[in-house]
Amino acid sequence: MRKEIIKLNVGPQHPSTHGVLRLLVELEGEVVVSCDPDIGYLHRGIEKLMENRTYHRSIPLTERVDYLAGAANSLGYILAVERLLGIEEIPPRARYIRVIVAELTRIASHLFWLATHGHDLGAMTPLFYALRDREVIMDFFEKWAGKRLFPNMFRVGGVAKDFPDGMEQEIRKFAEELPEKMKDYETLLTKNPIWINRTKGVGVLSIDEVLDWGLSGPMARGSGLDFDIRKVDPYLGYDEFDFVVPLGKNGDTYDRYLIRLEEMRQSCRIILQALDRMPKGDIMIDDYKVAFPPKEKVVNGEYLIPHYLLVVKGFKTPKGEVFHHTEAPKGELAFYIVSDGSEHPYRVKIRTPSFVNLQVISKLAKGRLLSDLIALIGTIDIVLADVDR
Amino acid sequence: MSDTLIFVIISLIKSVVVVALLLLGVAIGVYLERRILGFIHLRYGPNRCGPFGILQTIADGIKLFFKQDITLPVTERTLYVVAPIIAGVTALFPFVAIPFADKVLPDAINLFGRTIDLTQYSMNRGVIADLPGGILFILAVSSLSVYGVLLAGWTSDNKYSFLGGVRVTSQMLSYELFLGVSIMGVLMVTGSIRMTEIVEAQKHMWNIVYQPVGFILYMIAGFAEACRTPFDLIECENELGSGFNTEYSSMKFALFYLAEYIHIITISAIAVTLFLGGWQGPWLPSGLWFIIKVACLFVFFIWVRGTYPRVRFDQLMSLGWKYLFPIAMANLIVTGVCVLIS
Repeated sequence: MRKEIIKLNVGPQHPSTHGVLRLLVELEGEVVVSCDPDIGYLHRGIEKLMENRTYHRSIPLTERVDYLAGAANSLGYILAVERLLGIEEIPPRARYIRVIVAELTRIASHLFWLATHGHDLGAMTPLFYALRDREVIMDFFEKWAGKRLFPNMFRVGGVAKDFPDGMEQEIRKFAEELPEKMKDYETLLTKNPIWINRTKGVGVLSIDEVLDWGLSGPMARGSGLDFDIRKVDPYLGYDEFDFVVPLGKNGDTYDRYLIRLEEMRQSCRIILQALDRMPKGDIMIDDYKVAFPPKEKVVNGEYLIPHYLLVVKGFKTPKGEVFHHTEAPKGELAFYIVSDGSEHPYRVKIRTPSFVNLQVISKLAKGRLLSDLIALIGTIDIVLADVDR
Repeated sequence: MSDTLIFVIISLIKSVVVVALLLLGVAIGVYLERRILGFIHLRYGPNRCGPFGILQTIADGIKLFFKQDITLPVTERTLYVVAPIIAGVTALFPFVAIPFADKVLPDAINLFGRTIDLTQYSMNRGVIADLPGGILFILAVSSLSVYGVLLAGWTSDNKYSFLGGVRVTSQMLSYELFLGVSIMGVLMVTGSIRMTEIVEAQKHMWNIVYQPVGFILYMIAGFAEACRTPFDLIECENELGSGFNTEYSSMKFALFYLAEYIHIITISAIAVTLFLGGWQGPWLPSGLWFIIKVACLFVFFIWVRGTYPRVRFDQLMSLGWKYLFPIAMANLIVTGVCVLIS
């Protein structure tokens, strides 16, 4: 029998590639013989752009690295810059606001993942349910920062703005209600035999493979690797919170699905604890060489001049290099900043989770069906902006 | 005027009425689907065109009609153009033999001073042609519908459409088989393959009571036949980007769309006729009962679409051959034994 191989371009314009991913797929019938991801369609040169900007003016750029989890990226960047400057302590209220926003972002990102992953496998309804819940988070950000996707409110030394009145209660209500609402997804997907058939045993990774490929986030924890930077290398005082890092057993798509659902519940727990402990008070350190003075005081010359200098010239950092990693919703997000002592970074390297996680797709897709390839793109949870930067 | 000519005229009138009702049914069906899916999805659905958006389908139809009709420079141009026509026309065929009402005309009419007996050829009944082998005809012509999709997939010169075409061939051929087996039980219980007799045999009790397994199997096969979620593999937009109809636009696309919905109505109508007592029902006119029952099944199709993910291609095949076909055969044997004993 003569076998013929079809070469198929999945993407860059394809409904299930989550952006402009192009997969060069060779098919034998419906079986994938080889799969080669071709990236770079969304390259914006963020790392290079940051070299010509002051540290503060890079914050909006970093939020656009992973556009589904904007605040999580700028958090990683801010923490790296703070480590470079040697800022150890920020006011507790600012720290809790950062934690709450980071966890809200994680929930938003996971909800969007659930929506698209479900839709890729043909389940239409969870898409709308998940986006309904994500909309609430977007509304929080809009109320707080005026922007929905990219709040852009983290600053070196604190946060730019406190939560508006009453928002703490709203967030508390949301965090209490979300686990209840998530029961809808459980009914629609978790116990659905078709969903189980589509996801169980698809894209299986062992712990060794996870380590070899350098995977992180739910991709690593799905295989049972206990690697959550919030626990392993705590930042923002994550070690004071009581939460569980869910781990999978089989390392397949279904396990990773369960883990992301559980992570949302754990994020709700963290948010509730942070709200309980959040004190009143300052949201910014008072070292006005690096941190913006409060807006209402800027009329005063004592504060106006440092504010002016910060905006126009920025601040200088000590010479050296710094590495800081955070647990972004999609995995390990690390900023590596080299400073030559000027107002601009000499070089910034962003280690994005999607970029590292995506490479494993050629291994996972080999020998699977075309439909599984779509499930795999979903389970890796890539954002192409995050891949290409 | 000979009786044959009268038969032809009456059948033509009935056909026109049935086709008009079917097209209207499709228009309402598309609207219903979008509204009910919207309801399931916690969103509005179309609500701008006319009261509650009921004119939305008509607006869409007009839009499709006036759109530019792009004919690709494909290799098999004739087949490429003919494929949607085949799909649209073959989808209408099975309704020839489906009885949609009890009696629509009197037993005899006086025409030009001559009494014509309308009971011959069942001219007075609500069926276009009361074929002696009605169910066989339906099974035969519903198999034809695979051609339209298959040709569309193969002649589009598009790899995605091609994959859709390959999928539809194996899907429909294997499900056709056990769709046939699943309704054999009904035929054994009734002892007839004439559709009107099957309906009349259910006067006291619907066939679903005797054939619950057969009904479930028929519905699963029906979902696969109509290529609806969870078995809509031929056009799954997430993998194949709409599959076989990717390269069609304007009225060619509309014909595929039409065919899909007529297919659902046909599958529902056959299910109603074989299992749910056809047009039989108290108080209301028989035609209305038929429409109500078909509409209920149609809504069921929509409901399933809002609930289930899509199965994988190989799982669809193994589901059909490994599980459903043996169950259908077992159902057939059990029914045979029961019929023999009673």
